Amino acid sequence: MALLETRGLTAFYGDFQALYSIDTIVEAGETVAIIGANGAGKSTYLKAIAGLISGLPDSIRFDGLPIGALPAAEIMKRGIALVPEGRRLFPSLTVEENLLIGRWGRAAAGPWSLERIYALFPALRARRNSASTTLSGGEQQMTAIGRALISNPRLLLCDEISLGLAPIVIRNLYEALPRIKAEGTSVVLVEQDIVQATKVSDRIYCFQEGRLSLAGRPAELSREQIHLAYFGT
Amino acid sequence: MTVWADALIEGVLLGGLYALFAAGLSLIFGIMRLVNLAHGDLIVFGAFVILTITAWLGLDPFAATLAALPIMFALGFALQYFLLNRTLGRELLPPLLVTFGLSIIIENGLLEFFSADSQRLRAGAIEIASVPLGHDIAIGVVPMLTLASAIGIILALNLVFYRTSLGRAFRATSDDLEIAQLMGIDNPRIFSVAMGLAFIVVTIAALYLGMRANFDPTVGPARLLYAFEAVIVGGLGSFWGTLAGGMIIGVAQTIGAQIDPEWQILAGHLAFLAVLVLKPRGLFPRATD
Repeated sequence: MALLETRGLTAFYGDFQALYSIDTIVEAGETVAIIGANGAGKSTYLKAIAGLISGLPDSIRFDGLPIGALPAAEIMKRGIALVPEGRRLFPSLTVEENLLIGRWGRAAAGPWSLERIYALFPALRARRNSASTTLSGGEQQMTAIGRALISNPRLLLCDEISLGLAPIVIRNLYEALPRIKAEGTSVVLVEQDIVQATKVSDRIYCFQEGRLSLAGRPAELSREQIHLAYFGT
Repeated sequence: MTVWADALIEGVLLGGLYALFAAGLSLIFGIMRLVNLAHGDLIVFGAFVILTITAWLGLDPFAATLAALPIMFALGFALQYFLLNRTLGRELLPPLLVTFGLSIIIENGLLEFFSADSQRLRAGAIEIASVPLGHDIAIGVVPMLTLASAIGIILALNLVFYRTSLGRAFRATSDDLEIAQLMGIDNPRIFSVAMGLAFIVVTIAALYLGMRANFDPTVGPARLLYAFEAVIVGGLGSFWGTLAGGMIIGVAQTIGAQIDPEWQILAGHLAFLAVLVLKPRGLFPRATD
């Protein structure tokens, strides 16, 4: 049984349909990349899984149970954590408070503790008592990832963690991924950078205008296939 | 000289009472951006709850207040959980209208139950006790207790906000409701706990309202006005600012009264307007609003 399965997943913003019948699976321990151009529906897909957009119960199954209609707080308690697009740290909390608030709803036993997160991102330790608004973009992203990890989720959703960051900072962040995966956490990455996505993932889904345009393992997909699925004609 | 010093001290002490009125309002606005127009009436309601407990159980007002605290916490929690949470959303108007309606219901309910007679919380000798301060000036024990309670409440609220995980959740929810839910924060529940805490503050404010002077069911709205002014002068979301705001309104009123008794209320409002002109965001605004 897959850890996460979406079947016929649709999503709407008012009258606008953002997703059309998306079928995807994430096996336990896998890293899955969702690629696609701007506006393809990648972030919407993550929001739907995290419960920020509610839908039909059976369209999303986690651990075999329907979660499509559950509120976000309940989904988090079951072990799905989202690193939202644009980091969205809490401005009136310090770095350490931002990390600690991540386990408000779920304090599951597991590999990730405050100490382990500082070990993963040593830059944060020195800034632990700083206001989150004073951090660099890379440090903010580290904090956002740590905030999601500290609840020891079974599935980590990452929305464009490289957005707006310098290449060297992106490389640092991506170096953390294998270490997260090594602890047994499954990861779904939304990424615009195809090279980065194919390098780290076990499975790729490409979205185009709200529809699934390609699915497969990176090794089995040619550049041309991905290119076509990404941009359309 | 002595009369001015006296007016100043009296104003600072009065500021303690206004800060107590305002602290609950500040707490609620800070966390959920809810402007509670029934706040003044809730203070009067609290005073009647304390009064009823003193009558039924024969307790003094302080003990009756202690007994009232859990009841009021539960009432606040329930009010938020079952009613006010439903009014929160993108629109600003629904909570304003509902709390305005609530204000009218509370006032008329109290009139129906307790009549329009003036009431007072009788605390015995302590009411007229005072401590002499140099020659010609003495400070009343009750006003001093009022100020001490205001400072105590604000210290406690700051402690809860900045030193506990509950306070972290309050601040996170206030910063970003959507992301707070991703942390597993059940915001209807968090808001209800916040309203329960606000009702605790309301009850303590009610004790001093009732001991200081006569009250009847219709005095709520005027208390709301002073509370609003204190919150806005201090800067939204800052508890210490609220205390400072209360003192500024209080001192302006007593100094105004010293010049001419008719000027008391007007001077308070003028001080409020002056602060708004000079610092539109209040004296200690929060950085993140």
